Amino acid sequence: MFKSALLGLLSLMAVLMLPQAAQAEYADVVINNYADAAGMRPAVFPHWYHRIRFRCKVCHADLGFEFKAGGNKITMAKIIDGQFCGACHNGEISWSVENCGMCHSGVPGTPTQIHGSTVQRLVAPTYKSLDKK
Amino acid sequence: MNIKQFFLGVLTLSVMLFVGAQAKAAEPPVKDVKAAKGAVSTANTFNRLLKKDKERNAPPPDDGIHDPGNDGTHVLQPPLIAYDGLPTTEFGNYVDWVKSLNDGLLQPRYDRFDPTVEPLVMDLDIVREVKASMPDVVFPHKPHTQWLHCSNCHPKIFIPQRNANVINMSAILLGQKCGVCHGKVSFPITTKSCTKCHSKPKPADWKPPQSEASIKNPWR
Repeated sequence: MFKSALLGLLSLMAVLMLPQAAQAEYADVVINNYADAAGMRPAVFPHWYHRIRFRCKVCHADLGFEFKAGGNKITMAKIIDGQFCGACHNGEISWSVENCGMCHSGVPGTPTQIHGSTVQRLVAPTYKSLDKK
Repeated sequence: MNIKQFFLGVLTLSVMLFVGAQAKAAEPPVKDVKAAKGAVSTANTFNRLLKKDKERNAPPPDDGIHDPGNDGTHVLQPPLIAYDGLPTTEFGNYVDWVKSLNDGLLQPRYDRFDPTVEPLVMDLDIVREVKASMPDVVFPHKPHTQWLHCSNCHPKIFIPQRNANVINMSAILLGQKCGVCHGKVSFPITTKSCTKCHSKPKPADWKPPQSEASIKNPWR
């Protein structure tokens, strides 16, 4: 009994000491149009990684990506067909679609968003009670 | 120096020593300070909405968006490794992307397949006069055309015609006009980045525009 109580106390302390509100990289896009409903983790697109290798024009002019998070209605069928991500992620320019977990790596239930965007920062964070965690 | 002055000096010195000792004694023991720290609510931290340095550019498993329980997350490259040696800024990714490109530290492709394709760079500055007292805006086409294609902005976001575009900060902050990229991917709108666009000082004889009512009655 005493042992389990001590264990509980220790785990509670560990939870309380975790760093709060970690910050993902600016401009990381979470795409959750269909992923959650299909039982997959939402896809996370790191802008920073891609802009080191390609200029904006390649995706936003040549491949037709709209300037809007979740505005492209990307599906796996389209990607395998060579559209959107599939234009490069085909095993030739970059690794191909069998590496599910490298894109579908978001925390389940994360809504579609551009992380760290001005609009996101302007909206006041919702109040979280200190009692509940 | 007479005996009176000597005594006065000794008296002052002893008083100072006594006060110093008292001040030292008045400091609470270390143990009490620790206890007091624990009692302060964590809700009242200083600058609680500002990003802490250690939270910047977090590696994927720690960034709050990626699921650490997913194997693929741990394969992804942490951003700080990729940013090694790149010039820094105070906002966004904390990387000066335009300078990195101009210095040749980055060589992103302009064509998906061919790394030798050069971008169509247009060097044309557009000055937009600002009605309020902020410095006028200079829009440089050069860094924009290094990254983008004309068709990305024209004519959907900006009509390529003088005085045809109504732009204001509210629209930009809400993600329209310049805000389609600035504030999402390219450098964001913070109090540290105003002068990146508002960069042309007003002429020396500039006066704020007045409404008809205030011209009629300046004392209103």
